[in-house]
Amino acid sequence: MSTAGAEIVGQEPVAPPGDEEQRGLSGVYRRAMDNLRSGNLGVLPIVIGLIFIVVFFSYKATNFFTATNFVNIIIQMAGTAMLAYGVVFVLLLGEIDLSISYVAGIGALTVAELQLPGSGHQISGLLAMLCAVGICAVIGFAQGSIVARVGVPSFVVTLAGYLIWQGVILQRLEQPGSIIIQDRWINYTASYNFSHAAGWLIAALITGIYAVTVIGGVVAKRRAGVPIGHLGLIIAKLLGVAAASFGTVAICNHAYVQGTPLGLPLAGVLVVVFLVVLTFLAKRTTFGRHVYAVGGNAEAARRAGIIVPRIRILVFMISSSMAAVGGIILAANVNSVDLNFGGGTLLLNSIAAAVIGGVSLFGGRGEVRGAFLGALVIATVSNGLNTAGYATGIIYEVTGIILLLAVTLDTIAVRLQIRSGR
Amino acid sequence: MNANATPLIELRNVTKSFGSVQALDEVDFEVRPGEVMALVGDNGAGKSTLIKCIAGIHGWDSGEIFFEGREAHIHGPKDAARLGIEVVYQDLALCDNLDVVQNMYLGREAHDRFQRLKEPIMEQKTAETLKSLAVTTINSVRQPVATLSGGQRQSVAVAKAVQWNSKLVILDEPTAALGVAQTEQVLALVRRLGEQGLAVVIISHNLHDVFETANRITVLRLGRNVGIFEREKTTPEEVVHAITAGAPTKVSGITPGTATAGAAS
Repeated sequence: MSTAGAEIVGQEPVAPPGDEEQRGLSGVYRRAMDNLRSGNLGVLPIVIGLIFIVVFFSYKATNFFTATNFVNIIIQMAGTAMLAYGVVFVLLLGEIDLSISYVAGIGALTVAELQLPGSGHQISGLLAMLCAVGICAVIGFAQGSIVARVGVPSFVVTLAGYLIWQGVILQRLEQPGSIIIQDRWINYTASYNFSHAAGWLIAALITGIYAVTVIGGVVAKRRAGVPIGHLGLIIAKLLGVAAASFGTVAICNHAYVQGTPLGLPLAGVLVVVFLVVLTFLAKRTTFGRHVYAVGGNAEAARRAGIIVPRIRILVFMISSSMAAVGGIILAANVNSVDLNFGGGTLLLNSIAAAVIGGVSLFGGRGEVRGAFLGALVIATVSNGLNTAGYATGIIYEVTGIILLLAVTLDTIAVRLQIRSGR
Repeated sequence: MNANATPLIELRNVTKSFGSVQALDEVDFEVRPGEVMALVGDNGAGKSTLIKCIAGIHGWDSGEIFFEGREAHIHGPKDAARLGIEVVYQDLALCDNLDVVQNMYLGREAHDRFQRLKEPIMEQKTAETLKSLAVTTINSVRQPVATLSGGQRQSVAVAKAVQWNSKLVILDEPTAALGVAQTEQVLALVRRLGEQGLAVVIISHNLHDVFETANRITVLRLGRNVGIFEREKTTPEEVVHAITAGAPTKVSGITPGTATAGAAS
């Protein structure tokens, strides 16, 4: 995708092929320049970074660039990515949610509790997962209300949440130490692999849906008589999505664990499904537009008639709900919830994933796909360093340096914007 | 422009006090359709208070406001918007991170019943609105507002106010913080609004701007009317004198017969 864009920009000064075409090309170029000037670097730096990381570890560790490890990375990134998706919305408002890691713990604890055989309140795993997301949404509602209606800074409210929900987890698990998750539906979220045929079908489905959406968009634009953008770029994006989905399935279908063939992991499909749904929510609905508006200029949003507190509360509900989803996958990955769940680097990795993915801490800038790429970078680095035999300390150091680089790049972009903007 | 036209909005004896401070004292004010009315006065003269009454930001203590000949009940910004009153605030109520289309439709996005945005329609209408106002300096309506110049941003803010079938557009210091060329750009836009039949109120400290755009000039001093001048029949000196030393004249508007046609066209 990115290479195609670069080619088109590169072609621009060459003799114009035709009036229509030329306008398309210069349009693409101008838009790219506008994005750069407004401090929007896009996904280019992170994609380049990711390629660099993959090449590096492929040289460094013999068992890194394998189909099986590819499936591992997908499963390792899934939990963090889910939390990071929620973080994107909170950061878009210019707020922060420090409670997500332990809210994820509450989500995991809820499913563990509700699937516990012989507890008297055992319900189906599917239902248990819905309950967990519901409970965490209520937590988000409570925290968001205190931020939006009372006006307590989100940092403080969610820091309190961080302690409170950690406390709840410790209290519940003090006696048993941990709860084993036996329900197959819950465990499937991290361990189910689609059959090879089903994998291909899913890839075809994703490509098909994307193609239909793109064509629908072009038709609607043409009908309204507005510029449809550059055709070559649209086709390049379409081919990119097709290549990515079929490529992923192809690699996953070659993975084996102890002689058993793997396939496309359900966790990976979930990550993509939430990516698509949340991107739609952020970019194509009035709600998403209002989130960006509140993050960009809350006063302007208020004057435009947007009910700002309601947007804030809904965003905190999204972040808590996504934490629950991530928590379930993380718990399913180890088939249990224990005392330490939600601790460690989960919180900071989730926030780092969003920030590495280009979501601004100052609100109003960033996209859900940034969190996807950020989580992928973090999972790849940590997996790569592990595979190459580095110590845990090194993993933290490298993740920290990547975070610092990403935010520095973002800050420089914003400063350039201020200089050129007005 | 018909001088005898009934005013689009008419304030009679509007009084407003904040505690012991008398912000407006029996003020009369009117704007006719197709007229650019300047509202001038020194700091603390009551210009902003008057505008906020009209815009529904706060209520008034006594007096009446008539809109299109009927008594208007404005209890909040939404009431004002429903009547067709739009205010372009001094500090630019635009979101830098959104593009021109997104800003124009902020809070009133076109959507289907699933809350899905209808981007192509919004883009098309935005382009039309900007074209109808002859705002031609903006390259692409998909440009983020952060990349626009001050004059372009102000043009977008004005276009945003005009887009919603508004009848009365109030501009609070629209040229503050703009360069010379950009000021001219915005002033031309203000004149065009009047020519298109809208009632326009422009608040400004800059008499150059006022004399460039307004048909009539209402002067307030210490919360009272000190005169309504016709641009063609007055001089900046006279207006300055009224601003700084004008005696309160409890004029009940100007008598319709004496006012000659504004000379905007």
